[in-house]
Amino acid sequence: MNAAYEFVTGPLAWIAWGIFLLGSAWRLISMYQLAKKKDASSWAFLDLGFSLRSIVNWLIPFNALGWRKNPLLTVTTFAFHVCLVAVPVFLMAHVALWTEFFGLSYATLPDNVADIMTLVVLAACLVFAGRRLTQKDVAYITTGKDWLALAIVALPFLTGFLAYHQVFDYQIMLIAHIVAGEIMLAAIPFTRLSHMVFAAFTRAYMGSEFGGVRHARDW
Amino acid sequence: MGITERLIEDAGLRRGVSLLTPEKIEKTIVAVLQGETGARLKTYAETCMRCGMCAEACHFALSHPGDPSYTPAGKVHQTMSVLLDKKGRVDPDFIYGMAQLAYTECNLCRRCVHLCPIGIDTAYIMSTVRRICHKLGCTPQYMQDTAHSHASTFNQMWVKDDEWTDSLMWQEDEAREEFPGLRIPLDKEGADIYYSVIAPEPKFRTQLIYQAAAIMHMAGVDWTMPAQTGWDNSDMCMFSGDFEVMGRLKRQHFESAQKLKVKRIVMGECGHAFRSVYDVGNRWLGWRWHPVPVIHAVEFYWELIQEGKIKLAKKFPGPVTIQDPCNIVRGRGLQQKLREVTRFLVEGDIIEMHPNMEHNFCCAAGGGVINCGPPFKNVRVEGNAVKAEQLKATGVKTIITPCHNCHGGLHDIIHHHKLGMDLKFLSDIIYECMEKPEA
Ligand code: HEM
Ligand code: SF4
Ligand code: SF4
Repeated sequence: MNAAYEFVTGPLAWIAWGIFLLGSAWRLISMYQLAKKKDASSWAFLDLGFSLRSIVNWLIPFNALGWRKNPLLTVTTFAFHVCLVAVPVFLMAHVALWTEFFGLSYATLPDNVADIMTLVVLAACLVFAGRRLTQKDVAYITTGKDWLALAIVALPFLTGFLAYHQVFDYQIMLIAHIVAGEIMLAAIPFTRLSHMVFAAFTRAYMGSEFGGVRHARDW
Repeated sequence: MGITERLIEDAGLRRGVSLLTPEKIEKTIVAVLQGETGARLKTYAETCMRCGMCAEACHFALSHPGDPSYTPAGKVHQTMSVLLDKKGRVDPDFIYGMAQLAYTECNLCRRCVHLCPIGIDTAYIMSTVRRICHKLGCTPQYMQDTAHSHASTFNQMWVKDDEWTDSLMWQEDEAREEFPGLRIPLDKEGADIYYSVIAPEPKFRTQLIYQAAAIMHMAGVDWTMPAQTGWDNSDMCMFSGDFEVMGRLKRQHFESAQKLKVKRIVMGECGHAFRSVYDVGNRWLGWRWHPVPVIHAVEFYWELIQEGKIKLAKKFPGPVTIQDPCNIVRGRGLQQKLREVTRFLVEGDIIEMHPNMEHNFCCAAGGGVINCGPPFKNVRVEGNAVKAEQLKATGVKTIITPCHNCHGGLHDIIHHHKLGMDLKFLSDIIYECMEKPEA
């Protein structure tokens, strides 16, 4: 068991982070090159100010028309994304690992708060899944790729929650949790989760077109 | 659910599809995807989270509650997503449905952009589908007829060169009775304003040219219209996917203005034409901005009013409502100016539709949909039941809308739903209310 733990927190972690960071960089750079080569008539209109204007306006809950028209999803997705990023980054047990391996240390979330936030993520995943199953317009466009993304995200939180509460065998659950987390990291550049890398740019482009050319809002 | 359950017979689509082979289809699709698309399409396809938020955006979807195949993402799902997944290996029957969907069930109005958190431009995706259909020779017959007219005459309605100048001189002649000394100056070099219109104006809406001339005359504008091709600023090729001809048309329009060394181009009250000149054609030609500045009639009238050059003898009796044309509102942000001009002209309230301004619903005629002709009329009339409800809720009799497509689309909606409302261009109202010479 110890050897397995060593492996998943050692070489496997390096591999997962490597795939995530290098993969994301590669996807961004190759997309940039493709854009320069093929999308000149779009690229020419990118504008930092209008990009930020659009991004900021979409980061405010219920500000954009899209958010106002989809209240359940708005509440869910804001809670989901905030917790999704905050929990793994600021969890005490995770920061302890950074300290152990690299001597890094920074602010942490109290465990009971992190616990609730984990439940928020899981509840949000249930809402997402529920929409995909019951809401006709979402069900119609749902593909395997969307289920895969959802599963990849839900698993680290589910296993983390179970491990923390020592349900089933702690050791096995812990290793499952670490592996699930590493799968998620490595999957980001190559699945629907790549929206983490690209969404800011699609938004920025739309903001630039609407701001600079069409002189209208895009939210 | 989906397009296969609502196919409509169209001679152009049927003939185009009958000539297809799987090899030709695959080759064409791959050529367009690889040659003409890049990071934009790729990121849209990959980062669309399939969240369905855009479903609330589209008047087609809202007018067909419970049928997800009309939602923006649902339409992409049935067309471009399939092409990408199958790498172009689809059969001719698929192309029929894909073409019908792309040409008649999306107005390229971009309302869905306002509801998509990722910022996906469904209109761009549908235009790319249309581009492929065009390359495959599968276009609706009526629309293709206008594209042929553009290609052979540089105008949309088969107007012959002499018919064009005859129409202008005829209108000048008529108007001189009411406005002694009025001219429609042809090919006047160095004029301040080059006025361009869409071909339906000389063909069957000549009163609009009369009215424009009257307004120019009374406002003392130094203006001209070209005697040669280039006068038609409309562009069905932009919508059929024939970008090569679109480029030729836009070049002709700009060059005819450049040859006359005019200061600015003012485009008549049309939305799609403005999109083609202001936003699309220039890019295809490799111009970031326009070689001659371009403004829409709404902005031009707004300027004339600011300068005190439009003098009213009376105001138009309200209340009225305003149909915001997508291409000058989401396409150019003219919603406030449109309201300021309207307030200047109208006595009484402007009863707004909701949603309005940048968030307006399209008339469902735009994006070339009305130009697909009679076979598809019900697609857009029934596909815009929400617009009928919106119009009815205002309770007014007059709708002001500075766009030819909006006029066509709303006209049919008003009749179908027996709303008994009148449609007005701004120039209709300016002409009706402005000071005229003593008779
Ligand atoms: C950091 C930048 C990110 C941005 C701007 C972003 C934005 C979005 C947006 C706009 C949506 C679509 C609307 C919705 O369902 O709420 C979405 C959905 C989603 N995001 Fe993110 N996201 C980010 C990061 C992440 C990360 C890091 C993950 C997980 C690794 C993730 C997982 C998901 C999932 C699973 C969905 C789909 C929900 C569903 O099934 O409907 N996101 N995201
Ligand atoms: S008609 Fe307008 S709202 Fe509907 S899909 Fe097309 S661009 Fe989007
Ligand atoms: S709102 Fe945007 S991301 Fe969501 S399904 Fe529609 S196009 Fe895709």
